[in-house]
Amino acid sequence: MSTSSQLLSRRSFGRLAVGGAGAAGMGALGACTSRGGRPSPDTPLRVMAINHVWSQAIRRRTKEFEERIGRRVSMTLLTADQLTSSYNVKLNASGTDVDVMMVRALQEQLLFAHNGWLTDLSDRLRQDDEFAWSDFQKAPREASVTGGKILSVPVVTERPALYYRKDLVEDLGGPPRTLEQLMSAARELTSKNKGVYGFVGRGQRSGAVSQWSSFLYSHGGDFVVRGRSGIGTPEALAAYAYYGKLLARTGPPGATNMSLEQAMPIFAQGKAAFYIDADAIYSNFLDPKVSTVRETVGFAPFPAGPAGARPHNIPSWSLGISTFSLLRDDAWEFIKWAGSAEMTAALQKDGIPGARSSVWSDPASLTSFPPDLAKAMRLNAERGLGYDRPRVLQVGRARDIVGRPLVAGILGEDVRPVTRDADAEFADFLIRDNRHKET
Amino acid sequence: MSTTEVSPARPAAASGAGPSPARRTRTFEQANRRLKWGMLAPALLFVGLMIVFPLVYTLNLSLTDAFGAVNAGKGHVGLRNFTDALGDTRRFWPAARRTVLFTVGAVVLETALGLALAMLMRKTFRGMRWVRTVLIIPLLTTPVAIGILWLLILDPTNGIANHLLTGIGLPRQDFLGSVSQSLPTLMLIDVWQWTPMMTLLLLAGLTTLPAEPEEAARVDGANGWQRFRHVVLPMLGPTLATALVLRAVDALKTFDILYATKGAGGGSDFEVETLNVYAYGLTFDYQEYGLAAAVLVLFTLFIVGVVVLLRRRGGRKAA
Repeated sequence: MSTSSQLLSRRSFGRLAVGGAGAAGMGALGACTSRGGRPSPDTPLRVMAINHVWSQAIRRRTKEFEERIGRRVSMTLLTADQLTSSYNVKLNASGTDVDVMMVRALQEQLLFAHNGWLTDLSDRLRQDDEFAWSDFQKAPREASVTGGKILSVPVVTERPALYYRKDLVEDLGGPPRTLEQLMSAARELTSKNKGVYGFVGRGQRSGAVSQWSSFLYSHGGDFVVRGRSGIGTPEALAAYAYYGKLLARTGPPGATNMSLEQAMPIFAQGKAAFYIDADAIYSNFLDPKVSTVRETVGFAPFPAGPAGARPHNIPSWSLGISTFSLLRDDAWEFIKWAGSAEMTAALQKDGIPGARSSVWSDPASLTSFPPDLAKAMRLNAERGLGYDRPRVLQVGRARDIVGRPLVAGILGEDVRPVTRDADAEFADFLIRDNRHKET
Repeated sequence: MSTTEVSPARPAAASGAGPSPARRTRTFEQANRRLKWGMLAPALLFVGLMIVFPLVYTLNLSLTDAFGAVNAGKGHVGLRNFTDALGDTRRFWPAARRTVLFTVGAVVLETALGLALAMLMRKTFRGMRWVRTVLIIPLLTTPVAIGILWLLILDPTNGIANHLLTGIGLPRQDFLGSVSQSLPTLMLIDVWQWTPMMTLLLLAGLTTLPAEPEEAARVDGANGWQRFRHVVLPMLGPTLATALVLRAVDALKTFDILYATKGAGGGSDFEVETLNVYAYGLTFDYQEYGLAAAVLVLFTLFIVGVVVLLRRRGGRKAA
């Protein structure tokens, strides 16, 4: 027998392997539970944010904040999906390397609150009269509260806007005021052979749900009615059928693969007469580098359905503080600075709609918006509901269920059987979701 | 059994100054033993940290109802996640079917094309180095970049592919949007990207084959196809089996290109949702960590099964 094989006896190897795995496991567990100790003065305040015009504008201004608190600010800008995945990874490991979190109050807040990942800001907000929490619009303010605690501060709001081609709708007597008029105008202006479409909008199963919500409310429906699934009601069925028909008959090919990133360029390239999406993206159509409709784009409020015009008015992005942050006081200072009335006014003048009522009521803050857009935004804000998706823990799963009949409609199928099936699935889902909430 | 064999000790006085040869041998072997453990430790630590711990952790997670946060309180639910996954005909089984379809479709085409290209490139020709360089470009490109590139090319409204189609009078095609066309289109994109790898692997195998058997077959009057079918292909068997295993495992795990082109859930009708995409969605979109871990355990077992099957078949052919 060779010496080497003797040296590597099975028992020794096993001992070493178990020891190695044990050490690795302990190390990993230690890493997971470590709270990272005290921060040094050199530790930067880490802000994780969506790559959005608001975040870019804030990043350009962080120097003044750094000088004020005497600490460096490190801002990481990611796409929405990347941001959510990063939170999941970092906060599941109780990571202390996230201080200020930019969150979608309607998408993640309930779940993050359930997980205990967001710091309660109620006391700080109540004690700070200068920050004036009551100045925030009612709908976004309500969306910031979970379980009686204020967990986030809204900084960007959005409503749906009806973008239209003035040159095309001129002969039709202006932009449609009702969904019925929208359907007939879109059909009239569609010429698929020439590559011109009457309407473009989001058609992805999950991505379309938030924009479809305004169609649902305007048909008199809602996602949840008296605690039960509302997507099987006649109103919801009518909204599904309407949206499906609109995109199927007047929309571009591949609509079911379209989210904001795919639908917006089609309108910007002048290939669609109408487009309904967030008002916050209007600047894309005024940018000569990406838009051919700069001179011809018009803006109108969300058209009225059988139940009137009931668009959403939501806090699309808010700021919160990670529970695991070691710099919570500095993080709060950052939120106060970035969400202050002065900053909101300055950013709104640059065309980024905020959530403060005082800023919205100041005509000077609306000067950067085209007049018809400013009017549409104001009207939509007045009429708007404060949510655009089911208010549940698992918003992702809920959107996947609610979006299925939408896809069927866009594909030209009968939405009734799919809606029935989705309604039953959503009802089961709500029971499970409530059970999760209770635990 | 003792691990050291020492020669009979001699009196220290007889050997003069310094340790005896026996003692020297013992010291050397002790040092050797310690050194061996020292050399092995980093590798074992790495395996423990990166493979054993995650596997054990995932296995444990799959037996819990972990939801929302992994470090939140969770209860053990036995095999419920496995029975839930295996009983799920809406998402799990269609995803499993798509995983197999995508893998078989892509790997069969890649192998056939890769073998054909390798046979063509077997003999030296002018510009061979250029051709090989061009061939590996898709391999060097990141899958996400490839996904975005093909999204732009195949866009039904603004993509160049549809401009070309309509230019010659053919109707527009919704290659990546259509429920029925998405999976075949993505298979072809995978073929475009990975056929070069098969070509290079098989070409390496072909260059090591002895020339005599083929030469003998030629002398015996075998034509080109007969020489390929009855001489080259059997000799290439082991290389082909290895290439197939490598590519099949990689194709089974495909995620980035599917996610980059179709997003979460593999499209609006889950049309390209494979087991990998499904598990990712359960983890990051639904935060159902227990169920996600169970799906991943089942997926891992499936991959191991495929590898064992391919190795056995490959080994039998080689024998």
